Amino acid sequence: MPTFELTPSMMREIIMDHYQNPRHKEKPSQDGYKTLHASSTNCIDDFDLFVKEENGVIKDALWDGVACTISTASTDILCDLVINEDSSKALYIIDQYLKMIGEQPYDESVLDEALVFVNTSKQAARIHCATMGWTTLKEIIEQDEDHHGGH
Amino acid sequence: MIDEKLIRKEFPMLSNPPLMQGHPLVWLDNASTTLKPQCVLDAVSSYYISRTSNSHRGDYDLCYSMDVETELTRKAVSKLINCSPNEVVFTSGTTDSLNRLAQSLQYSLKKGDEIIISLSEHASNVLPWFQIAKHTGAVIKYVELQKDGLITLENLRKTLSKRTKIVSLAQVGNVLGQIQPIKELVAETHKFGAIFIVDGAQSVPHMPVDVKDLDCDFLCFSGHKICGPTGIGVLYGKYKLLEDLELNSVGGGMNDKFYLDGTIKPSKAPAKFEAGTQNLEGILGLRAAIEFIMKIGLENIAEHEHKLKKYAVERIKELGNSVIYNADVKSGIVTFNINDVFAQDAATYLNSKGIACRSGQHCAKLLNDFIGTPATIRASFYFYTTKEDIDKLVDAVSHGKEFLDAYF
Repeated sequence: MPTFELTPSMMREIIMDHYQNPRHKEKPSQDGYKTLHASSTNCIDDFDLFVKEENGVIKDALWDGVACTISTASTDILCDLVINEDSSKALYIIDQYLKMIGEQPYDESVLDEALVFVNTSKQAARIHCATMGWTTLKEIIEQDEDHHGGH
Repeated sequence: MIDEKLIRKEFPMLSNPPLMQGHPLVWLDNASTTLKPQCVLDAVSSYYISRTSNSHRGDYDLCYSMDVETELTRKAVSKLINCSPNEVVFTSGTTDSLNRLAQSLQYSLKKGDEIIISLSEHASNVLPWFQIAKHTGAVIKYVELQKDGLITLENLRKTLSKRTKIVSLAQVGNVLGQIQPIKELVAETHKFGAIFIVDGAQSVPHMPVDVKDLDCDFLCFSGHKICGPTGIGVLYGKYKLLEDLELNSVGGGMNDKFYLDGTIKPSKAPAKFEAGTQNLEGILGLRAAIEFIMKIGLENIAEHEHKLKKYAVERIKELGNSVIYNADVKSGIVTFNINDVFAQDAATYLNSKGIACRSGQHCAKLLNDFIGTPATIRASFYFYTTKEDIDKLVDAVSHGKEFLDAYF
């Protein structure tokens, strides 16, 4: 949780900043990334998510493709939040975010800038946009855990 | 002249509009589906209130009357598009019509035969052809589009060959709204001995369509885009072609006899394409819709929509913050983007103002590279659309930069 109260105008600024200047929107330049494709039937969103894990820690997270503002900003902020976290913490962050979007009780202390999406459910058609990067990362991590028999 | 104010009273969704995001609904997504007048709702519910029975299935009066009703709807369709009632096959919609046609036509295709479509076709006029090309070894060719999406006779001529068996094109494009010169294209296609299929989903509801005049071999359209119910549509075919067309769906109601050795003796067209219980409430609703539309007049509808289109284009141009992709097209579709605002974000903002517009690729995923943008906003009009609806759209577009307001 940021140490200050997020005002609507700050929330807008954060969303627009990540939309106009995404930090993690690129294809990996090295090997060693796991990737999954994310796309939507009700929005144009269509991108790949790339994750590099070492010893259970997410060393890097990138994405590349076409996406609307909500999808772009939420996926970019996701990358910010999970880099250098171990995968179980990343899963925890993702679950808290999905709870927030689903209007259930959630732990806001781990969501930082992702809190700007708290109102997404006001535009039901965009809930999928706000969550597709997150559910895709969850799938990559869980696939990996299944592969290693869980831990 | 259309008195849209009077007409709107006939539509429950317009006379008592539902609220969307706290605003009375502004319906500008008519290319996607249309609203239903009370007479259509009454026709549909009458099936369940006082007319429930199957057709072709019994000896009692209710059942007989359902057969009569079905034929009356065929007659209404035949008046709408100027064909014979026995050239009208009921389907679930344009997609179903095109899929069924492709299924039947695949038996006549050989490896290397050619099917011509265009980059502006809706998925339902692309994917069925991809499927049968995969199975038969036929080749898909794309006729070149002009910048406005139109197909010239010359471009079609360049694409046609002795191997062309099928040309399948939309009369009105569902993204750019361009109206193709179908009659000339058909004549040219016939010189090569190929059949011409018209995807009429966006034309039949919006302008006079005369299949005899066009001389097309098949034409498909959907009931729900012409103020009728969902799940009912039409496949028109020249009777001789329907007679020769292979079966695509079999079961009860489409055969005269079948034998132990596996032989099926199909009923005559159109019954041979109508296996199983038909969408009877849909058939009743479709007739009510067609009668309603014809009373208003297709010429009047086309004129009204074009007038609104011109008005919308002028007003959006005045704002100076948008790019319009089909300003000069004479149908009721405006396709545009607000500068620096992603189409889907803009559509969400419009939603927050109670305005229903479509954004994205509109199921014509091959077209976007052609028009040079991954997604667009589409506002589409009908005879009940008013200038006030467009004013509300323009007002929202003028504030497009503030699209994140939708979330706050």
